[in-house]
Amino acid sequence: MAARQAMPHQDPKERARNFDEVALGYAEEQAIAEASRCLECRNPKCVQGCPVEVDIPGFIAQMKAGNFDGAIATIKLTNSLPAVCGRVCPQEVQCEELCVLAKKGEPVAIGRLERFCADHERKKGVAAPLRTQSTGKRVAVVGAGPASLTAAADLAKEGHAVTMFEALHDTGGVLTYGIPEFRLPKAIVKDEVEYIKQLGVDVKVDYIIGKIKTLDELRNDFDAVFLGTGAGLPKFMGIEGENLNGVYSANEFLTRVNLMKAYRFPDYNTPIKRGKRVIVVGGGNVAMDAARSALRLGAEEVSIVYRRGEDELPARKEEVENAKEEGIVFRLLTNPVRILQGDNMTVKGVECIRMELGEPDESGRRSPVPKAGSEHVIDADIVIIAIGTSPNPMILSGSDGLKVSPRGTIVVDESAKTSIENVCAGGDAVTGAATVISAMGAGKLAAQTISEYLRNN
Amino acid sequence: MSYTILEKKQIAPQVHLMKVLAPDVARAAKAGQFIILRIDETSERIPLTIADFDADEGYVTIIFQEMGKTTKQLAKMTDRDVLLDFVGPLGKPADVRKLGTVILVGGGVGIAPVYPQVKAYRDAGNKVISVIGARNKDLLILEDEMQAASDELHIATDDGSRGHHGFVTDVAKKILDSGEKIARIVVIGPPILMKVAAGMTAPYGVETIVSLNPIMIDGTGMCGGCRVSVGGETKFACVDGPEFDAHKVDFNLLMSRLGLYRPEEAQCQETHQCTCRSGN
Repeated sequence: MAARQAMPHQDPKERARNFDEVALGYAEEQAIAEASRCLECRNPKCVQGCPVEVDIPGFIAQMKAGNFDGAIATIKLTNSLPAVCGRVCPQEVQCEELCVLAKKGEPVAIGRLERFCADHERKKGVAAPLRTQSTGKRVAVVGAGPASLTAAADLAKEGHAVTMFEALHDTGGVLTYGIPEFRLPKAIVKDEVEYIKQLGVDVKVDYIIGKIKTLDELRNDFDAVFLGTGAGLPKFMGIEGENLNGVYSANEFLTRVNLMKAYRFPDYNTPIKRGKRVIVVGGGNVAMDAARSALRLGAEEVSIVYRRGEDELPARKEEVENAKEEGIVFRLLTNPVRILQGDNMTVKGVECIRMELGEPDESGRRSPVPKAGSEHVIDADIVIIAIGTSPNPMILSGSDGLKVSPRGTIVVDESAKTSIENVCAGGDAVTGAATVISAMGAGKLAAQTISEYLRNN
Repeated sequence: MSYTILEKKQIAPQVHLMKVLAPDVARAAKAGQFIILRIDETSERIPLTIADFDADEGYVTIIFQEMGKTTKQLAKMTDRDVLLDFVGPLGKPADVRKLGTVILVGGGVGIAPVYPQVKAYRDAGNKVISVIGARNKDLLILEDEMQAASDELHIATDDGSRGHHGFVTDVAKKILDSGEKIARIVVIGPPILMKVAAGMTAPYGVETIVSLNPIMIDGTGMCGGCRVSVGGETKFACVDGPEFDAHKVDFNLLMSRLGLYRPEEAQCQETHQCTCRSGN
């Protein structure tokens, strides 16, 4: 069996100082060679690992034959955001994990192949999709992130008139404000949204549901509603010094960098503090994104402080490796105790304590326990807290009867229905912070449920 | 999106009033709420408290002082120009109820957000005593409007060029001392004014409300940049506020966080001025 084709990358030293995309994508020969590794299993397991059920063997077979146009058409039958998914999906725990070759060590690089097809189409210029005959039904989609974009696309393909309401000035949700340019270029997000507009989706930005209109009003104006309002308020640790100048939530730090383009300050007017020594608290993809962004803004040292060990890091392995290559320092089994104050209410360091792994907790992960007497100080001028978010509270104002969990997530049944008739929900608003693709899967399911509801009502 | 400026006028040195066509915002707006605007693609998003709104005409009035690059750029705009983004209404509306007699205090451009509250408190059946002030008489805004909307209007200027020679807090204190039963005081203005007012009213045990203006980006409960400490708890001004119990607010923290980007602000203005000059 031929080895898995390596992904060409920008040189780590160079890329650590720029915001250009890190992974450069396969060349055509590489793509065909990688596609040719697919064994075309009679009973392919990979598709079961895909939340949006892409016909993986189908598009790979077309790629083998050099039919990239056909391959992207196959992907787009079920996935409206292939250029995004090919870049940010955790394929190693989804389709690729179930690939028969994974058992022998190296699965087919399905994600990279998907990305190649999407980029191939973008280079040529994306053909306008055919519009479906109208059903005369109107659906409101709240939010413009991955869950909402997927739901909107699928609903539009069914012939429903879809209006999308976005609170920010730009679409894409976390794809725009959260994931950095070097991992997901914003031009790609724009193109994917453009495709969804061409399907007939009417996009309204600067429009806050819960403020301009309540959910109840929206239900009266539309035949059905999808809520994809995403994650909201950033969580903090509740330790001393968290409101000092120089302490950011990852949401704020990344929003400044990505949505407001603070890395191009002063050409773009939104400022950001460029730290010399930066500590990022947390071990997920958001923590990696924040750490690598801080490095690109010119930091001399950026550390990830995470209370569990390397095996427990929730971030994608690929992103952890990228971060290490770029020189991010991993201070594992370490937890902040308090943030130390310097002059003028600024940050001068973080007092941390070492941790040991004890018994497994309810999540099945071994819970970290502090080691008495191991307190130590790490110097820092910027601290970024990346320990998750709670759902956005805004939608809840003026929506009587929408059932939410004690932690504020919207409660849905297995078909994405909320407690209110004709309202479905999905994505981080339902699950709490999770992945782009799981949100897309939820958007897809909700679109099916809404279409079925509209057929019967 | 784009939002047309229906009218723009200077109402005091470096203070401007702008009526912006934004029918959805105007229809939903209530006293105490704010908007966030962005002038163009490279601009910051800046929060401004709503100074007035007209649901029928579909416009929202904002009043702002030239401070940094964005507000200076905004000041140069004129009628029929367009803003790229104008989003709102954000934050919780002011908690306006019939309480009896209330004092509404506005300092500097803080008079602007007080004005719709004066109307709202009066509509709710309260006796409204307004106290407005500025550094000098030229900087005093909305005097006529406030006069018309209030049951009583008191004026103070730091230099004595109009009304009481001193601070609005002195005037408010006199009213409290007069023995008239005051149910609530609302104070909006520079953080230092709100801090002083909170200290002044505390011994009287009068409920005191302030409207906080920390640095914000999205204004929808996503970024956490606007966090303030109220009663020892971290709150987000955009979704938990902007109004809070003045006696519980940590004003020192608010002021220090407001000053965070001062060096960058200076750099941004410098670059802007350089660009302007080279363009001439």
